Amino acid sequence: MKTVFEKTSGLKDTPTHYCPGCTHGIIHRLVAEVLEEMDILEDTVGVASVGCSVLSYDYFNCDMTQAAHGRAPAVATGIKRVLPDRFVFTYQGDGDLASIGIGEAIHAAARGENITIIFVNNAIYGMTGGQMAPTTLIGQKTATSPDGRNAALQGMPIKVAELMATLDGAAHIERVSAHDVPNIIKAKKAIRKAFETQKAGLGFSLIEVLSSCPTNWGLSPTESLEWIKENMLPIFPLGVYKNSSVGGKA
Amino acid sequence: MMEEIIIAGFGGQGVMSMGQLLAYAGMAEGKFVSWLPSYGPEQRGGTANCTVVLSKEPIGSPLVSNPATAIVMNAPSFDKFEPKVKPGGLLIVNTSMADRKSMRTDIHTIYIKATDMAGRLGSPKSANMVLLGALLAYLPIVSEEAIIQSLEKVLSPGKQHLLKLNEEALKLGKSHLISSETARS
Amino acid sequence: MGKLLMKGNEVIAEAAVHAGCKYFFGYPITPQSELVAYMARRLPEAGGLFLQAESEIAAINMVYGAAGTGVRVMTSSSSPGFSLKQEGISYLAGAELPALIVNIARGGPGLGNIQPAQSDYFQVTKGGGHGDYNIPVLAPATLQEIIDLIREAFEIADRYRTPVILLGDGMLGQMMEAVEFPEKPAVKETHKEWTTTGTRGDGAPRVITSLDLNAESLEQRNEHLQRKFASIRQNEARFETLYCEDADYFVVAYGTVARIAVNAVKKARKDGVKAGLIRPITLWPFPLQPFIDTRDRAKGYLAVEMSAGQMVDDVRLSVNGRAAVSFFGRTGGVVPTQEEIYEQLIITAGGGDVNENGI
Repeated sequence: MKTVFEKTSGLKDTPTHYCPGCTHGIIHRLVAEVLEEMDILEDTVGVASVGCSVLSYDYFNCDMTQAAHGRAPAVATGIKRVLPDRFVFTYQGDGDLASIGIGEAIHAAARGENITIIFVNNAIYGMTGGQMAPTTLIGQKTATSPDGRNAALQGMPIKVAELMATLDGAAHIERVSAHDVPNIIKAKKAIRKAFETQKAGLGFSLIEVLSSCPTNWGLSPTESLEWIKENMLPIFPLGVYKNSSVGGKA
Repeated sequence: MMEEIIIAGFGGQGVMSMGQLLAYAGMAEGKFVSWLPSYGPEQRGGTANCTVVLSKEPIGSPLVSNPATAIVMNAPSFDKFEPKVKPGGLLIVNTSMADRKSMRTDIHTIYIKATDMAGRLGSPKSANMVLLGALLAYLPIVSEEAIIQSLEKVLSPGKQHLLKLNEEALKLGKSHLISSETARS
Repeated sequence: MGKLLMKGNEVIAEAAVHAGCKYFFGYPITPQSELVAYMARRLPEAGGLFLQAESEIAAINMVYGAAGTGVRVMTSSSSPGFSLKQEGISYLAGAELPALIVNIARGGPGLGNIQPAQSDYFQVTKGGGHGDYNIPVLAPATLQEIIDLIREAFEIADRYRTPVILLGDGMLGQMMEAVEFPEKPAVKETHKEWTTTGTRGDGAPRVITSLDLNAESLEQRNEHLQRKFASIRQNEARFETLYCEDADYFVVAYGTVARIAVNAVKKARKDGVKAGLIRPITLWPFPLQPFIDTRDRAKGYLAVEMSAGQMVDDVRLSVNGRAAVSFFGRTGGVVPTQEEIYEQLIITAGGGDVNENGI
């Protein structure tokens, strides 16, 4: 019989706490598969952030350190500077990275820290119950933008990949999406590229993954995937924003 | 024995290094020493000062509000520290930069055109050493040898050629003081 | 090595290098900036790494990351910057990571000024961040003492898996004194079985975290922390006394104030007042012993601080109502003089002929 599905050794054998239809689980798996395929699980230290993925240290099958809200890139910097031959990655959501932790993220990129950030953007604060995020779309209703995000009142969404790509220290910046199979395959390639960038010592890499939040969006899992396609893709175009071939410090 | 000295002037007049030199020399002679600078925005543009304490006993406060001795290298420092010198204390004024007489009658005041004298040696920046020479002539709190030895340590490797000049300035201040004090008595 | 004339901030840095500290993540703030600059120059020489962070917040989190790998690591700041580090310090305490944090305190609150102060006492000794925790706090009074205490700070940090604070003030940081570095070898890194460095065949993956979503389980973790704090209280309290054997009146002061108070106490004794000095060297744990030894015969205690009255609370708790405790403090960067402390001591000693202006 042909094996069509196998568990990755990059994840622990633990059921996740994520809501049905949330794409965090898929993104975890992509990262874990890359670590397994590159055979670097034992050389990797991951940094968990605060938000829905706060418990990611229970799932990734490698050494993990929990950071305070937004501070994961600084924590990763501390680890990587002591252990330059280990792989260090952070796994952060949009509230964590783009709001409270934007400073740490920008400066890690500017320094060309040789780390990888997996940035999961679902345009909302999930764990705290669906509040507006820096990436919430104009018109999007959330617990703290009940009438829809209003540019005059709440400003415009932050485009993290574009922003990071302006920094000379950034080596590989790419935005991908987890809303359908072809895109998930592309997402995995991008994550692999990011870790290869780190392996080559080229500098900072960040992969922004568009993700769903059926619970807080008030949609079914299928509707959520459609919502990413319909509403997020036009505002957050997919693609490579910075190419690693030359390296961040070039 | 406890000597408390405040040295004040513009930044760049060598106020801090003069204080450090005294502290070094005191340390070389086995005394307890402390040096405390004014710091922060206070030392940008305005006057800078440092406090040096030399003692046979461990030093309590390195901060002295009423010093026994003050060396003032410019007019604002003169105005600031003249009233603070302890009665019976000593005030040394660089009259090249602060040309007035002290109104205090309960302290001893030494006036010395230090910047001009140092200028004649070819380096107005050595005014601090002229003043230090005058101080040591009046109040031999550390030996001249200790100062000269410490000078070698304080001057960075690139500035060792200034050693001779500084030594001359020190001696000039000392001899000037001796002749003027003799004339006075 | 002989005697060196060094600034307090530089002594702290050099002492840390001597104690085997190889990593420093810092951010400039007066009056501790010389410490950062010294490390930037010195650590690469010593085979270590200095990194200037974008903020105090980032710096303490870099410390957190590095501490998780098991190396000796530190950061330093002054009061407003120390407040910013407070979040990270709570995480270090919660995740039980050893590190050294230096606070060269200045006048507050808010931006305050850059002059010496001791008004961060509550913040450093009572936890300061969120949650039930304490951190060992060492308070040197002289530059020579800094050298010993920095080494002890790293040892305590490793022994108990805890961040440790060294508390000084602007005067201690800025002043120069003669110091001598003992020829002790740098401390060997001990093997730490809890680090996250990549498993590399060393068993199952490890996690460093302060998160525990289960109430009972977090309570157990907290009880574990409390047992550790009890053990630190038991074993690590440090203090120094002067003339306490026959004293009636006791000045209690730490750090730079203590060194000023020594002279006031000596003068009082010369004038026939049996005065003594209790100098806490650890502020947490606050040393109880010198108070147990003296409180039943003491005629009075005088706490002197560069604050509006913070350590005096711990003095009152330690005296436990058995003698009068009075307080004298200056704030805003004003350093109390020897004469002022002497006057207050005479007042404490009940000099009936003492008026407001002293004797």
